[in-house]
Amino acid sequence: MAKQASAAEVLFKPVFDNNPIALQILGICSALAVTSNLNTALVMAIALTAVTAFSNLFIAMIRNQIPSSIRMIVQMVIIASLVIVVDQILRAYAFTLAKQLSVFVGLIITNCIVMGRAEAFAMQNPPGRSFLDGIGNGLGYSAMLLALGVVRELFGAGKLFGHEILPLVKDGGWYVPNGLLLLPPSAFFLIGLFIWALRMWKKGQQEPAAFKLAPQVKKD
Amino acid sequence: MEHLLSLFVRAVFIENMALAFFLGMCSFIAISKKVETAIGLGIAVVVVQAITLPANNLVYTYLLRDGALAWAGLPDVDLSYLSFLTFIGVIAAIVQILEMALDKYMPALYNALGIFLPLITVNCVIMAGSLFMQERDYNFSESVVYGVGSGVSWALAIALLAGIREKLKYSDVPAGLQGLGITFIIIGLMSLGFMSFSGVQL
Repeated sequence: MAKQASAAEVLFKPVFDNNPIALQILGICSALAVTSNLNTALVMAIALTAVTAFSNLFIAMIRNQIPSSIRMIVQMVIIASLVIVVDQILRAYAFTLAKQLSVFVGLIITNCIVMGRAEAFAMQNPPGRSFLDGIGNGLGYSAMLLALGVVRELFGAGKLFGHEILPLVKDGGWYVPNGLLLLPPSAFFLIGLFIWALRMWKKGQQEPAAFKLAPQVKKD
Repeated sequence: MEHLLSLFVRAVFIENMALAFFLGMCSFIAISKKVETAIGLGIAVVVVQAITLPANNLVYTYLLRDGALAWAGLPDVDLSYLSFLTFIGVIAAIVQILEMALDKYMPALYNALGIFLPLITVNCVIMAGSLFMQERDYNFSESVVYGVGSGVSWALAIALLAGIREKLKYSDVPAGLQGLGITFIIIGLMSLGFMSFSGVQL
């Protein structure tokens, strides 16, 4: 991250160029389990964005006071406190959703995106920019989560946010739902395909092959 | 006894931490390039999980649960909202202690596991085990079994994935799918395979 990156760059770079899920392999843990319908995906995305942004903000504020030997614990405590706040708010205002998300709200604590951004960005940058970086990375995560949620709920159940979009055959419509999309494995397939698409678009993100197959006929 | 055995089998195969709940994915993908390191990390996870889960269970039962502080004369106190903070604190502390103890008493094991131990604090599997334990209200013996079982399930999954990936590096994968993309697809296939256990009743 260049020193003089503009605010917009800090905010939007993580969405496509440096997507935390697709490129940095961070925070996939919770990315998959909550995406079988769009409601939980959206709530999770908002929760994670809020936690990342505020933990970045607070850690950046006290970054000069944290002794480096115990910085992990300090970061952890700040993140855990924020997650408790989010969890309590969810339980108070959206209890059924909180039940559906079950342990995954708590797992925001160990979500590598939050920790990773705190360690990599907030420890070196002033609060304002750290906050933006948090939101940017949260958005990158949200984009992936919502894309997965849309595909899985639309084609798996014919619905979006619980409203019927494609009328199902069993209700007299025409759409035969693909039940596989509601099951865990589909999330892996979809994320693999998303990464493929993203890397065809941004060639710079492709990984080199570990071994190259020797061409049998001619060299080029 | 039967009940505990069935809990173990369920934790290992049916509710596989990595393949059914997608937990610990970060290190699951990052550390699975070689079988040896994958097994090393797997064993470290089993050990830590088997220690932290019962420890967290005790902390939760005797300190945090609604009415748990009755022994201290505070029957109305419900500290369960502090569970996230406490669990992660306990996990971090145990990992740290384990690291120091291994370094002192079992240097050979420390050298084998050493680099993985700090990673484990932020491994979602450990935290998730404790949170599942809280949500499902496991008692102490159940939490021991569940701790070992869920640790083994994750270790099994990462060892299998590493085995596949070691072979896979010789295959001709499309450019954009190389690396991360194909790994996800493999995990998807493995997860599909593990779903066949879901009908097993004990």
